[in-house]
Amino acid sequence: METLYLLIPISVVLVFLIAIAFWWSLRNGQFDDLEGPAYRILMDDDKATGPVASDPDSSPGDAGRAPSREKSSAANLHHS
Amino acid sequence: MSETQSTYNYKVVRQFAVMTVVWGIVGMLVGVIIAAQLVWPDLNMGFLHFGRLRPLHTNAVIFAFGGSALFATSYYVVQRTCHTRIFSDGLAAFTFWGWQAVIVLAAITLPLGMTQGKEYAELEWPIDILIALVWVAYAVVFFGTIAKRKVSHIYVANWFYGGFILAVALLHIVNSAAIPVSLTKSYSAYAGVQDAMVQWWYGHNAVGFFLTAGFLGMMYYFVPKQAGRPVYSYRLSVVHFWALIFTYMWAGPHHLHYTALPDWTQSVGMLFSLILLAPSWGGMINGVMTLSGAWHKLRDDPILKFLITSLSFYGMSTFEGPMMAIKTVNALSHYTDWTVGHVHSGALGWVAMISIGSIYYLLPRLYGKPEMFSVRLITVHFWVATIGVVLYIASMWIAGVMQGLMWRAVNADGTLTYSFVESVKASYPFWAIRFVGGVLFLSGMLIMAYNMVKTMAGGRTVDDALVLQPAAQHA
Repeated sequence: METLYLLIPISVVLVFLIAIAFWWSLRNGQFDDLEGPAYRILMDDDKATGPVASDPDSSPGDAGRAPSREKSSAANLHHS
Repeated sequence: MSETQSTYNYKVVRQFAVMTVVWGIVGMLVGVIIAAQLVWPDLNMGFLHFGRLRPLHTNAVIFAFGGSALFATSYYVVQRTCHTRIFSDGLAAFTFWGWQAVIVLAAITLPLGMTQGKEYAELEWPIDILIALVWVAYAVVFFGTIAKRKVSHIYVANWFYGGFILAVALLHIVNSAAIPVSLTKSYSAYAGVQDAMVQWWYGHNAVGFFLTAGFLGMMYYFVPKQAGRPVYSYRLSVVHFWALIFTYMWAGPHHLHYTALPDWTQSVGMLFSLILLAPSWGGMINGVMTLSGAWHKLRDDPILKFLITSLSFYGMSTFEGPMMAIKTVNALSHYTDWTVGHVHSGALGWVAMISIGSIYYLLPRLYGKPEMFSVRLITVHFWVATIGVVLYIASMWIAGVMQGLMWRAVNADGTLTYSFVESVKASYPFWAIRFVGGVLFLSGMLIMAYNMVKTMAGGRTVDDALVLQPAAQHA
């Protein structure tokens, strides 16, 4: 079973590397806020239908866009 | 330069998104052909017979369809959640064209019979080297983007994508180690049961990291975005990631139960497979419960239907998998069509459906439209695909259990009750039902392609999506 002499060290080294990554993320404060990040991706409005309100420079290419845009990032589908 | 720095790179996302649909159709068409070949053996013609086309099917759906979906969504998610343009446009373009070259080379070499004979790692060594180069470029682009992020927190989806990229690099390099004898022929660096163990260490982790971790990254971004709600528990998603990463690497031996592999190795594989149930179901529940308090959205949003149904199939197949990894269950299920059904419950139900939902989310945003050309057609696609999957896996369950029981049946005098060919004959009706299920799923992809082309036709290629300021400052 020589293969285990390869695969077990690889797996053990890997677990150590993962542990280091975990330790880094802990020390780096990645887990300090476990609520906010879930909301933050929702605040990033990625709808393609209009210029960005907070950024006045975003006018080029607006001609082809719909004039109004929905605030909710959820409702990109609306059945009448 | 400041001009390019202020927008997201949607071009590479768009390229991979469109190719996801194209390769989905190609890969699933080959699947339907080989399903038909089992029902009508006369269809095995020339070098386009089952043995040559089957690896083409698996490579096309896993690496071409699934791979393109992973590239498209990971490039989108990492840019949007890090609030920065992708690390290198040139390297990103190289990953696109390099990956397409790998797929085309696979489509040429596999029907010609050039193969290393390792499941999901059939491609010969020159293509393996190209894959390694593309993958290193992918890692540089992805982690380079993480490194230049404008927010300190790395969103959980990126952890899943990052874990998937690193693990696949390691698996590919170790398992593809081979000694070439010519441009088109090589021999594995390992022999006998060692080779089998390395292969299934790779094979199972290909399922675990390529087909699970990567797509969980997709789930943790697109389910909350489409539902317009934060993930049910962000804390649980972090636990989900670390638990999955720490345990997945050890489950491979369950593919080699009752073989020359030492018994204790098989038992370790079985044990870790059973442990995997916990993080898998934690993640599944976390994804589904994101809709908690907003279940009504499921009623008229077909994209959400795709995403949530995919999680149901993820839950089903991550329950079924550990069960099948139990030695006594495996004694019945191994080498039967039950395994094929299990794989497709994961591949069609989970991987394909989460990809389809995510691509439907992306396409309007990439082509400057408020929504897809036809939302009704997405609903049609959803139902056609769901019926297809159910027909597929139900027929394979019945066929698989029947085959297992027929193979183990013995008469009072110890002789076998059935010859092998009798079990083949008894499987025909179920193979026919499986073929119908496959045709339905493929039809759904064709509907998607039509919807995509119509959406692209009325839209414009969005290349001016501005990098938004992170919301953190005023959150």
